[in-house]
Amino acid sequence: MYAFNYHRPDSLEAAIGLLRTCEDGLFLAGGQTLLQSLRQRLAQPSDLIDLGALPELSGIRREGDQLVIGAMTRHAEVAASDLVRQSIPALAALAAGIGDAQVRNMGTLGGSIANNDPAADYPAGVLGLGATVVTSERELAADEFFTGMFETALEPGELIREVRFPIPRRAGYVKFAQPASRYALVGVMVAESAAGVRVAVTGAGPCVFRVPAMEQALAQDFQPQALDGIEVPADELNDDLHASAEYRAHLVGVLARRAVKAALAGL
Amino acid sequence: MKVSMTVNGRPVEAEVDPRTTLVEFLRKHLNLTGTHVGCDTGQCGACTVHLNDRAVKSCSVLVGQAQGAAVTTIEGIAEDGGLHPVQAAFREHHGLQCGFCTPGMVMMAIDLLRNDPAPSEATIRQQLQGNLCRCTGYHNIVKAIQAAAATMAATEPAPTQMKEQLA
Repeated sequence: MYAFNYHRPDSLEAAIGLLRTCEDGLFLAGGQTLLQSLRQRLAQPSDLIDLGALPELSGIRREGDQLVIGAMTRHAEVAASDLVRQSIPALAALAAGIGDAQVRNMGTLGGSIANNDPAADYPAGVLGLGATVVTSERELAADEFFTGMFETALEPGELIREVRFPIPRRAGYVKFAQPASRYALVGVMVAESAAGVRVAVTGAGPCVFRVPAMEQALAQDFQPQALDGIEVPADELNDDLHASAEYRAHLVGVLARRAVKAALAGL
Repeated sequence: MKVSMTVNGRPVEAEVDPRTTLVEFLRKHLNLTGTHVGCDTGQCGACTVHLNDRAVKSCSVLVGQAQGAAVTTIEGIAEDGGLHPVQAAFREHHGLQCGFCTPGMVMMAIDLLRNDPAPSEATIRQQLQGNLCRCTGYHNIVKAIQAAAATMAATEPAPTQMKEQLA
């Protein structure tokens, strides 16, 4: 690791102030990606601002027809939460499948979506459920939040406070996990609500994306067979040692059907 | 920078480089070498310890993140010179071959049993995904955890839980 200054502020204002005043600072959430990046010298921040002493960034609550999850809420807390399991079981299942048990005990929702790894699970959850990302500055719809590979609409010094998930009528998330890392080789979130159907895919492309053709077909008929004949072109999908672009394109179709089945079963 | 925390029930304080990971702090500053460094990349789980009663990979936690926390390592689970029921079950069922991954396996197993006192074999295997045994001795590890679950259920409250109540 390159040297850095470490801060552990006890207020949100102090955290944001520190980031603005230091030369090249980074917020540290759970650190389950950032620490390994530092160790490999892939990142060289001048300062790390640890958000671990800010309890106001953690917690799960229901507000009307929304489930609100704090940015520093750990994956294990989301997976085990009765509130999440009752209102959006697909989101609890998604959180329960991230990484491994130890990673889920440290990793956070805010950290995951700020990093926007192309194979992470949460981006599919946030985009598929049509969530809103609430930052220190503004509210961002999921559709405008994820902008590219490891890229988001967050400005320097902007901090994610919480994510607001509208509670869908039904939703399902299914992933084909890369067996060593358990990142999504492909993962699909399908959600049906009064506003329509959303289908979000992670792992397959450089950034999480929606599949409008599948959304329209499922809006007509929310059944797995409604997706018959709909294919995602392989042209712009990831192609690496784990899977070819064609294989990933095939998986999108298979997993979308399974996600619909999971949604119908209320899993 | 200065850090302070409680390790195995004992308050500790030290001056450290901010880059120090929790596992380095435990091994080099406190000489608690029971926690092993396997891959040092967050994959193998040999360095698993409890941070405020949750299993974490101590190579993936900066010492600053444990500021003010309660940390428990493999050295802190047994009482009165005996073995923790999970350790005893690993010995009884030969839940180890070379033994390198064992401290992490035991710490993960204790966390698992705290959340689910009667886990199925499938749950145990799923919860152990972050702990690699390069001897591939998983079968007996799973057996040992099942046996420990039975022992602990029969002798409630188990030693770790008693310790928590006292703490």
